[in-house]
Amino acid sequence: MSTAEIEKQWTTRLRKRAHGHLPPEKLLPDTQPAYVSSWIYVFGVTTIAALVMVILSGIILALRGPQWWHSSSVGHFVNSTHLWSVEIFFFAMIVHLWGKFFMAAWRGGRSLTWVTGVVTFLTSVGTAFTGYVSQTNFDSQWISTQAKDGINATGVGSIFNVLNLGQMLMWHIVLLPLAAVILTAVHVLLVRVKGVVPPFEETNGASK
Amino acid sequence: MAFLWSLAALIPLDNYGHYIHWGVIDISVANFIVVVLMVLAFLAALFLPFPGRNRRKESR
Repeated sequence: MSTAEIEKQWTTRLRKRAHGHLPPEKLLPDTQPAYVSSWIYVFGVTTIAALVMVILSGIILALRGPQWWHSSSVGHFVNSTHLWSVEIFFFAMIVHLWGKFFMAAWRGGRSLTWVTGVVTFLTSVGTAFTGYVSQTNFDSQWISTQAKDGINATGVGSIFNVLNLGQMLMWHIVLLPLAAVILTAVHVLLVRVKGVVPPFEETNGASK
Repeated sequence: MAFLWSLAALIPLDNYGHYIHWGVIDISVANFIVVVLMVLAFLAALFLPFPGRNRRKESR
């Protein structure tokens, strides 16, 4: 195969493009700008850490099943770990959102980073909701019967039936977590491509 | 373990939940506490000094 032919291959073009946008030193940098030394920048990575715990505890719950998480002490513990990881996930994500909103973090061509963050947040709300209706207890029965009228009023009730436990469980453990993890990965990659948004005075050239 | 049970007894969970009604706003006390904690965490993140911040500025 000639060099020209190799250059035309989609694998070659994709690799060169990926390397151009995100060289290894940019993907895993050794240092960060001085302005990142603030607690407000900690909440993004706290959200990711909580997401890892959510996924790991969710995998254990999926392996053992509802009978286990309702009736055994270890099952209760893993179930509670799953719940509290979600609580920390949303807590950290909201503070991260406030921080980025007041920084106007979409500046400097970072609009796609902001948008993927927003979509990840909305996907996470859906993931949490389907989790609450998949608990297989009185709480989940109450939530699903209360939610069905609201969902039906939006018109999606015919394809998204909150009273259908099997469907809700599949959304909760397959479709929505997959979407949330992929969106989070894209979001983080975009942060690496564009860099962390600088403070306003840095943008205006008035930094100390 | 007994200490943990006595802590749990501080928050009775077998009663009806408490709610705050303020105009159109209707929120459970539990959710309101979480919102207050988020605001406090946000303010603390803005104003608390980050470890090693001065050292990094000097080496910049």
